[in-house]
Parts: sequence; structure tokens; C-alpha cells
Amino acid sequence: MTDATESIKEPRTATVSWYEFATRHRASIVAAVILVFPLVMPFTALAVNILIYGLYALGFNLVFGYLGLLSFGHAALFGTGAYLCGIAIVHFGWPWYAAIAAGVAGGLLMALLIGVLAIRTRGIYFAMVTMALSQCVYYLFYQAVDLTGGENGLRGINVRTIDLFGLRIDFINPMIRYYVIAAFVIAAFFVMSRILASPFGAVIEAVRENETRARASGYDVTKTRLLTFVLSGGFCGLAGALQALHLSIVPIEILHYETSGLVVMIALLGGMGTFFGPMIGAAVFLVLENVVSVWTVHWQLIVGAIFIACVLFFPAGIWGTLIARSRR
Amino acid sequence: MAGLSFDLIALQLFAGLALGAIYVLFAIGLSLIFGMLTVVNFAHGAFYMVGAYVGLYLISIGGNFWICLVAVPILIGLFGLAVERVLIRPLYGRGIDYPLLLTFGLSYVMVECVRIAFGKTGYPFDTPEVLQGAVNIGVGYFPLYRLFVIGATAVVLLALWLFLEKTSFGLIIRAGARDPQIVRVLGVDVSRVWLIVFGIGTAIAGFAGLLAAPLQGVIPEMGGTILAEAFVVTVVGGMGSIGGAVLAGLLVGVVVSMTSLFAPEMAKVSIFALMAIVLIVRPQGFFGRAGLMS
Amino acid sequence: MTNKVTKAGSISRRRLLTTASAGAVLAVSPFRINLVRAEEAPIKIGFPVPLTGPYGAEAQDQVRAGQLAVAQFNDAGGLNGRKAELVVRDDKLNPGEAATRTLELVEKEKVNFVVGSLSAAVQLAINNVTKERGVIFNSISQSDAINEAADFSKFTFHEALNPHMTSGAVGRYAFTKFGKKVAFLTADYAYGHEMVRGFLEVGKEFNIENLGDVRHPLGTTDFSTLLPRLQALKPDILCISNFGRDQQIALKQATDFGIKKSIQIIAPLLSHASRVAAGPQAFEGVVGGCSFYWGIEDKFASTKAFNDAFRKMYDGKLPTDYGALGYGGVRTVLEAVKSAGSVETDKVVAALEALKYDYYKGPQYYRKCDHQSVQSVLVIKSKSKDMKNESDVFEVLSTEEPNEKNLRSCEALGHKA
Repeated sequence: MTDATESIKEPRTATVSWYEFATRHRASIVAAVILVFPLVMPFTALAVNILIYGLYALGFNLVFGYLGLLSFGHAALFGTGAYLCGIAIVHFGWPWYAAIAAGVAGGLLMALLIGVLAIRTRGIYFAMVTMALSQCVYYLFYQAVDLTGGENGLRGINVRTIDLFGLRIDFINPMIRYYVIAAFVIAAFFVMSRILASPFGAVIEAVRENETRARASGYDVTKTRLLTFVLSGGFCGLAGALQALHLSIVPIEILHYETSGLVVMIALLGGMGTFFGPMIGAAVFLVLENVVSVWTVHWQLIVGAIFIACVLFFPAGIWGTLIARSRR
Repeated sequence: MAGLSFDLIALQLFAGLALGAIYVLFAIGLSLIFGMLTVVNFAHGAFYMVGAYVGLYLISIGGNFWICLVAVPILIGLFGLAVERVLIRPLYGRGIDYPLLLTFGLSYVMVECVRIAFGKTGYPFDTPEVLQGAVNIGVGYFPLYRLFVIGATAVVLLALWLFLEKTSFGLIIRAGARDPQIVRVLGVDVSRVWLIVFGIGTAIAGFAGLLAAPLQGVIPEMGGTILAEAFVVTVVGGMGSIGGAVLAGLLVGVVVSMTSLFAPEMAKVSIFALMAIVLIVRPQGFFGRAGLMS
Repeated sequence: MTNKVTKAGSISRRRLLTTASAGAVLAVSPFRINLVRAEEAPIKIGFPVPLTGPYGAEAQDQVRAGQLAVAQFNDAGGLNGRKAELVVRDDKLNPGEAATRTLELVEKEKVNFVVGSLSAAVQLAINNVTKERGVIFNSISQSDAINEAADFSKFTFHEALNPHMTSGAVGRYAFTKFGKKVAFLTADYAYGHEMVRGFLEVGKEFNIENLGDVRHPLGTTDFSTLLPRLQALKPDILCISNFGRDQQIALKQATDFGIKKSIQIIAPLLSHASRVAAGPQAFEGVVGGCSFYWGIEDKFASTKAFNDAFRKMYDGKLPTDYGALGYGGVRTVLEAVKSAGSVETDKVVAALEALKYDYYKGPQYYRKCDHQSVQSVLVIKSKSKDMKNESDVFEVLSTEEPNEKNLRSCEALGHKA
């Protein structure tokens, strides 16, 4: 059904369709698009946000699209990544690369913690447990005012220049900031592509398609689920860390359940369980919100209506619908 | 802080149960739709909010609170029927994610429409004159209107119970929730049953919004917070179980109230902690069927 | 009456949106031709405020008043003919969105200054972005943190009151009038904590007895489990330190619980929009502080002039407290530009520091160490009868004159003396 399964199959005909071409070179295509992307966006900071939310949705999609579990607590993974990166810089004076590593580690750890508690529940219950646990995480960070700034948010994640092999790069410059962050996002897309193409990637989808059969084939379903959730946490943690560096603040709203809901919307809009879907969903959603909210203060009306239309008429999401069209 | 007298704890417990009754009222419509249709109605809070605004409008054109008590649920219920027919029905059988997302989008649209019609600022909503003031309940004073809300909740619950358990239509609803295919084979129009359940669920949401208006005033965003609370009550009680929702609602009320006494700043997170604990120990909630919507 | 006001509102909203969207179209247009010489490009003031969200009405008033200040500057000839322009952005009351929008304003729109914000967290986010890039930011909402050395920079100005000043003025008034036994109901976040800290500090002078501080989570919609407890403490004064919807619901439910019968309720800050939204009954008899009320026009010529200009521009509407801040925030920056004769950041900073002004509420100036506007604080009481018009909602009980002694000292804020 999804393009990851598709990639395993043999090419059907000698003439390679655009879709098969896209699948075979998926990570490279993402890289190419990302490089020219800021030139067509209304402003660079928005382009960076799209990269970051695309990455966040990519990590979420691993659990939602490929594993088939709806999580409503991914804000906890994204937010923990952001806070740990920010705290490492503000309170411990770590260099930027170590802070990013701290963010990824934070995402992984938080995913492990939530995963261990929640992974045995199914369906809507999984969504609710993850939401409840992420609310508890919200509260924890909210109360730890000395470390997180509480409701005022964490300020002072000021990285003016980054040293790279003796090069001093001006991180305040918007285009440079974009390409530095893009480098991380592209790397993450390559890693994700490798995971999905690996035998483990096939197991993930086997668990989604038929749990009983996967178990009968000798795979540990619970362990697969947990590991996938933790991996997803790593991607979301990285996205959070990059967000902290980009905005130079971490708002407490990053842990709010609306941030969890946002990523579900982005993944669905783009196409769940597709490789390009999350990035496309992030781009469409954020650009739409941006453009419409400059036009009118009633942007929520238009965004909501488009959302309803998507669910009714394009349930496979933008990219999913395109794929289905190309196969006809 | 002053010592904890017996009266204070008793009053606190009472306040908790009273708050719990209000939570039950918020949650019962959501729980009904959840359990019978397996539709997670994210627009529940928006229906609740529209209920309050419809009440506000009816009063502004010369109605009174008592007329609203009847008219608001009917109007919101009719609106709910239309929403089910046009938007929800095409999604049955497509999995739980799609109705959830559709209603999520719908709540955006409803909130924004109310903002356009009534403005972004809230409005005061006065308590009906005969229900103003506080009465002595033995351990302290308690607002009369809150007691009225508890009574109204009890009436709604009783009516709902009689309808579901004692009428033949209620029997069909319960059967439809358990196994829609068999019910369909038996010649019952299941889609009509679902239509009506959705209508009842939204009517109760609107009714709850109207009753909440004198407690907190009306504002377009008022549905947001109760949605989270209603979810917790529904999930903890077990999806589709009305008795479970009642028990869970009261429990959540008491938990909030006792947290308020000892660590008030934790009152909000306490209900999520409760939900996490209940679900980890018993994933289907108090009275839910295991495996539903897996 | 109501109809007319709504109509006026929609007209100005449309005007505002046309300006905003015209600006946006212009900005993205690839055909933009820079025929004008660089120095004749308009002076741009970025204005991020929460147009959507629960404070949308206040934000809209901020924009209206900000536009008024710009219009006055342009009508008076601008800076040697160079006009000013307000670039409005919706921060959605979210610090992350505010930071993104500020980056847009600074990097893309190349604004000369930023004025705006309507929450503590949002202003701190904006400030963090602007100070790193050396852009002047004049904040128009309350916060104590923004004055402190950790967040402050020489580019940071604070036109609004801060919690310390507000609670101090209200405390000095209330603790002499209503009694010494005080209980607190406080929203559990920086704004609430800062208010309580201010009350307790001024309370020391009056030997108040602190019966306890009950902290409720932000966004609480039901206070029924907190109020009986507070009532049982039997205070003379119940001090409710929260804002917006929290405050409206808390006051409404306190009224329902009969708390006002024996206890005087005070609030550090009473906002015009909150009072209108919650109605006269909920706010009846509540005493609190504010930075501006249109009713002081009898006392100050500047207030009269500001009200009249606002009325003229917006079909008879009167400015609210937050609207006045939008006006003050923009006008001070533009006046400083005029007196500096330039938009160069360092010169404008110096001009702002030197400014002694009276634009809308009596004399004010920015303190050197933290750029906090030293100004008067009004102590007001909500009206429930004899209201002359729909804006006539408060009665001014007393005015605390501007005095640096009522601010936290520069040393306490971490600034080197």
C-alpha cells in the first residue's frame, strides 16, 4: 500500500514511471528540493519551520503510518528534544553540536519512558495513554521553572556563530541558518530511508498489516513496537533541538497537546505511511496557515474547511492521492 | 494555611462530587457517540459552545432561560443530525482516524463561525434570578445554581437510561453498537440508528453548554478545555459505558477537589495522571469492553 | 448603539486587513521596483500582536491605536518627509509563532523597530530574537522578567506597567482601606507569582497578615473546589492575581459563592475588555489597577487629545487600556526617531533614554538602567450602575504618581549601578 512496500517490489515494466523514479531516489529528491526550497517560500524562517515540522512529522509517521499506532503524545518527544537542547546551551554552556545530541537523546529517552508504559494498549487507548502521559510531561517541564523558565518559556538559546572544522559560520544569517538546519534534516531523511528499506522496516509494516502473522513468523511484536516508537522519538527529538536553535527560545506550548494534534494533521494531510507525505503536509499546512492568516484573521475557518475537504475527498492525503493517481 | 477542619474536608468532598456531576454532563454526549458509533467526536466542545451561544441569542431576542432549556438541545440536536448526515456518514467503515480528523476540522470551522457572528470577546451570561445566591448545605454555603445543574444532570441521565434500557429503540441502539452487521441482517436501518444517536449526543452537548454558561460566561474558546476533561471521563469510565462515565466523572471531580485542597496547582494535571494510571492498569477503563477499536 | 459600534469595528478591521494584505502582496511581489532612494523607504515598525486567540479584541485595539500614532507622525511630515508604516503580524498568542514572525519582520521585512506583544512569554520570545539582532523592541504588555538583567538588553524598552508597579499601587491603596488579613488566589505562572511577590513586598510596610496563597493552574474554568477553602480562611481581602478568562471566571464564581458579602476582592490588574466580557455583575465592587483609563481625560490634556484623535479616526470609539499602550509604544519610538533625526539604532536608543514625554496619560520617562517606563498607576473600581456609555465601566479611585521608588531597584534586577 505504501511506497516503502512498493520499493521492495521489482519494477513492473521497462518504462519507469515518475513515481517509481521518485521512490528509488527518494532521499536524494528530498535533498534537492530542500536546497532550492527557501527561494520560493514567503520568508526564510517559515522555510526552516517547515523543515523542522516535516522532520517532526517524519518521525511521527514512523509510528502512525508505518507501524499503524495513533499517538497523541508526540509533543512530549518533540518538546523534550527542544528543552534538552536549550537547557544544555543556556544552563550548561554546551557547544551547539553537543546540545543537538542532547536533544536527540532526550527524544529517545522520553520515547522509551512513554513507550514502556503505553505500548501494550491498542487503538484509541494508545492515543489516550500517550496523550495523558505527554500532559504529565508538560506539567513537569512547566513546574521546573529554574531549568525551563516555566510559562515564560526558555530564553537565551543564542548561538551566534558555529565553528565547523575551523570555519566560523554566522548562524544569525537566515540563509546560512536554513542550510545548516537543512543538512541535519537531509541526514535524517537518509537515515529514515535506510531504516525503512532494512529488514527491520519490513518487520514494522508486517506488524501493522497482520499482528498475528508477524507473531507467528517469530517476530516479537511488542519489542518491535517499542523500538519503532523509540526510533521515532529520536527523529522528533532532533526536530525539537533544531527548533530550539532556530527560534532561540523554547515555548512551553511546544509540549501542549495541540502540538501533538498538529503533527497528526500534517501527516494525514501529506499522506500517512508515505515517505514524502510528512514534508509535503508540513509545507502545505504551514504555508496555508501563513498565507491565509495574512489575508484574514478568520484563517481558522479556511484551514478547518480545507481539512474537512481533505478527509472527505482525499483521505490518502496529498502525496497518497498522487501515488494512487499514478498507478491507475 | 489554616488547619483542615472536618467541615472543610466535607465541603471539599461535596464540591468535588458537584464538580464531578458537571463533568458527567460534559462527557455523557461524547461517551454515547463514542460507544455506539465508535466516532471520536472532536467537535464535542464546539457543539457545547454553540449551545451556550444559541442560548445567549434566544435570550437576547426575548426568550428566557427555561425556554432555552428545551429549545437549545432541540436546535443543537437538529444541527447534529445534519452534521452526521452530510459529513460523518461517508466515513463509516474507514477507521477511527477519519471521523476524528473531520470533527477536528469541523470544530475549527464552528468556533470561527461563532467568532464572526458574535465577535471574539466573550459575553456575560447571568444566572436566572430564582437560582441566584448561595444556600447552606450544612457544612457551608454552596451556590444554588450548581445544585440545579446537578439535578438537571440526574434528569438527563435518568432519561437516557430509560431510553436505552427500557425502549425497543434503545435495544436496537445497544445491539447496533455490539454488532452492526447482525442488526443490519435483521432488517434494521442501522444508519438511521446512528443518525439519531449522533443527534442525541450533540443535543446533550448543547444542553451542557447552556448549563455551563451561567457558571463561566460564554466565549468562542469555551469548548476547548471541556473536551479534554470529557475525554478523560469517557476513557476512564470505559468507552460506551454510561454507568462508567458517571462513576468516572464523579471520581475525577473528587480527585480534582482533593488535589485542590493539598496541591491546587496540580489540579489540572491530576486528571491526566489519573487517566494514565487507570489505562496502564486497566486499558479498557472501568466498564469498557476490552479490544474495542483496536 | 451596539449596532453602530460593531459596524465601526468591522470597518476599521477591514481597513486594517487591506493595509496588511496590501503590504504582504507588495512584499512578495517580484515586480517590486526600488525606484525610491534608500533613505526614502518608509520607516517600518513591526507590530506582532495576538489578533487570533482569546485576546483578539485587545490586540485589535492595540493595532488601531498603533495606526493612529503612525498616522499622526505621517501627517506631521514624518522624518523630514520620510513616512512611517506599521507592519502588523498575528502572533497567535504563541511565543514560537511570535519568534517566527519576528524573524520574518527583521529578516524579510527589514523593520527598523518592533513594538507589540500581549503576554509575558510572547514579549520575552520577541525580545530574545530582537536583542540578538540589535533591533529596538518596545514591549507593551506586562512582565517583571523583561526588566531583569538576564533578559534585558540596551535594545529592550518596556512601555507597559510591570507586575511589581501594578500590585504595589493596588496594595498601597487596599491595605490601608480594607484590612490587614489577606488571602491570595493566584494563577500558577510567572505573571501571577510576580503579582503576589509585589503585594507581599508592599504588604510588609503595612504589616499585613498573609493567610495563604492558593495557586490554580492557568486556564482553570472551575474554581468551585478552591473558593470554599479561601472563604474558610476568613480574610478581609481576597487578592485574585490572574488575567483574562481566568479572572473573569474566578470573579464570576466568587460572586456566586457569596464571597463578596464579607470579603473585599482586589485584583492587581483589571482590563477593560475583561470587564466588558464578564459583565458588571461579576466585577461589581472589585478594586484593581490599570495603566490607562479614558476617563482621566478631565485630568490630562494629553489624554483628551489622544481620546479625541482616536474617536475621530474610529467613529466615536474610545481607546482601551491595551489600545493606549499600542499608541504609547509606537509614538515614543517615532518621537525618538524625530528627535534623533535618524533611524540609526544607537541614536534612537539614546533619544528614547532622553525622552521625557506626556502622550496619553501624564508624564512618563524610561529609566536608564532597565528602560522601564516610569509612569502613573491608576487604582480603579468596577462600576455596575450610572454608566454613561458602553466604555464607562470603571471609576478612578486614586492615582499613584510616577516615582522610581515604586519600581524594583536596578541592583535587585541585576543591573550594575
